Parts: sequence; structure tokens; C-alpha cells
Amino acid sequence: MIDLDDLDRAMLRALALDGGLSAGELGRRLGLSQPAAWRRQKRLEEAGVIKGLRLEVDRTALGFGVTVFLGVKLAAKGRVSLEDFERAVVAIPEVQVVQHVLGLFDYRLRVVARDIADFERVLRRRIMTLPGVGNVEANVLLTEERRAGPIG
Amino acid sequence: MFIDETDRRILRHYLADPAASRAVLAERAGVTTATLWRRMERLGDQGAVKGLRAVIDWRRMGYEVEVSLRFTLDKTNPRAFDEFIEAARLVPEVIGIETFLGRVDVRLNVIARDMAQYQEIYRNRILALPHIAEVEALMLIATIKDSEGLPL
Repeated sequence: MIDLDDLDRAMLRALALDGGLSAGELGRRLGLSQPAAWRRQKRLEEAGVIKGLRLEVDRTALGFGVTVFLGVKLAAKGRVSLEDFERAVVAIPEVQVVQHVLGLFDYRLRVVARDIADFERVLRRRIMTLPGVGNVEANVLLTEERRAGPIG
Repeated sequence: MFIDETDRRILRHYLADPAASRAVLAERAGVTTATLWRRMERLGDQGAVKGLRAVIDWRRMGYEVEVSLRFTLDKTNPRAFDEFIEAARLVPEVIGIETFLGRVDVRLNVIARDMAQYQEIYRNRILALPHIAEVEALMLIATIKDSEGLPL
């Protein structure tokens, strides 16, 4: 874990909102020279604090009007391997997120579809046929908001 | 909005590797750099592409615990959603807020440095949020897949 000062935190906040900022623009906002801003950004990337970039798109504008979160319970734990389930589920193009969780479900999935009929197709043909899949709960996403989190 | 095959090809590569340079993306998508710039500008103007965000690795920042908290709210109060979300925004450890149609009304993504801090946040900040009818927790064990990719 690296030590972060106030400027690092301000930089993280700025980049979390706009990851495409140039070192020059970052420097202007933080009162640093362009090379100093660049060095700090590189240091944050090399320390792994910044994992990478995420491209945010308007999924509806691109024809994917439905996003559904699925809670999946595996049917027969012990008999089916988690690896088999995971290998199959990550290969489904409509599945964007797969998280192994502890609680009411074993996995959380984020699934995108063109519309409800398309979602039903993905659910029946792709999800319900996964190895070991048991109970599935679906919640249709209405709004989502990413917060900056506890930075400084 | 009209999105053609070239737009889709560009977006597929851009979503798969948002950090790639424009020149590299153009080569992968099989278009000239000038075409790529023009198309990306148009997708941005149309609102299909919203922008880049840096992804912060909270584990590297010392936040070892991530919990997905699923709430049903007391909907007899018409302001329940708004007031709950306004209050949740004031909790710094909440890094994501999603609303749903389904059995779950709202989901909060909460991070903490360790279980002791999580317990403190849960008791003092989360359970103090207004209009909660029910809460369920899913503790994140591992993220197997996390992408913005779309089956374009």
C-alpha cells in the first residue's frame, strides 16, 4: 500500500470523473507543472491504485435498453465445480460482470440485453443452461450512480 | 441515432481496451486514424459515448472489504427513494448506488478497511438511513469478470 498525499487524492478524484484528462490539464487543475502531474499519475498507475480505464457508454443509445442483475444460487454445491460454472458464465457475451459472493446467493451477474424479450432469450438459453445453476433472482436496473468513494 | 457497422467495430475495440491509443484502435478496427477521430467525436456528440473514468483499486488503497447491500424500502412514504438515496450519498464508503425494479429496491456498494470498520459503518451509517424495510448483505469474495463490453 502506498502513502497518498492530498495532491494524489485530488488527482484520483479528478481521474475517477474524467480518466481522459491530459497531464497538462491535470497539472493546471492541481497547480502542478505538466511533468510533475505526469510523474504522479505514473506513480499511481505503477502502484496499482489506478487499475485502468473504463469507457462509459449509454447502453440504451447503443441498442441495449435492458440491464438486469441476477443473483444465482448453485444447485448442488460440492458436486458441481465452481470453475466449470465460472468458465461457462464468463464466456457469455451478454454477461458483463461476474462476482463470487457470500450470502443469499453464490454469484452476482450483470446481464445486458436489447429488450425484455432478448433478456428472456439470454436467461433461458444461456443462464439457465449453465452447469450447476439453481435458483436465480432477477432485478431490472433502473438507475446507477458511481460515487467517488472515501478519497481524502 | 444511427450506428453502422464501422461504429460498432470501433466501439467493440474501444470498450475492450479503453487505454489503447487512437492510432492502435484505428489499426485494430481497420479504419484510418482520421475516420476513427471523426466517428468517436460523433459518438460523443450523440451521447452514445460518455467518457473515460479511471478505475480505482480499493484493495490497493487498503479497503479489503466490499459488500453489496440490498434494500427494500418502506414504499408507503412517497419520498422514500429520494430521501434514502440523498442520505446514502453522504456516506463516503458508499461507492455505488443502483435502483431496481424487482424484489430489491436499492443496492449500495460499500467498502471498508476491515470487518471492524465495516461493522461500524453498517451499524452507525447504514442502519441509520431512512425508510429501510429490509436489508440483505452479499459479501464480495472475488470479481471474476468486470467489463463494459457489449455484444455489438
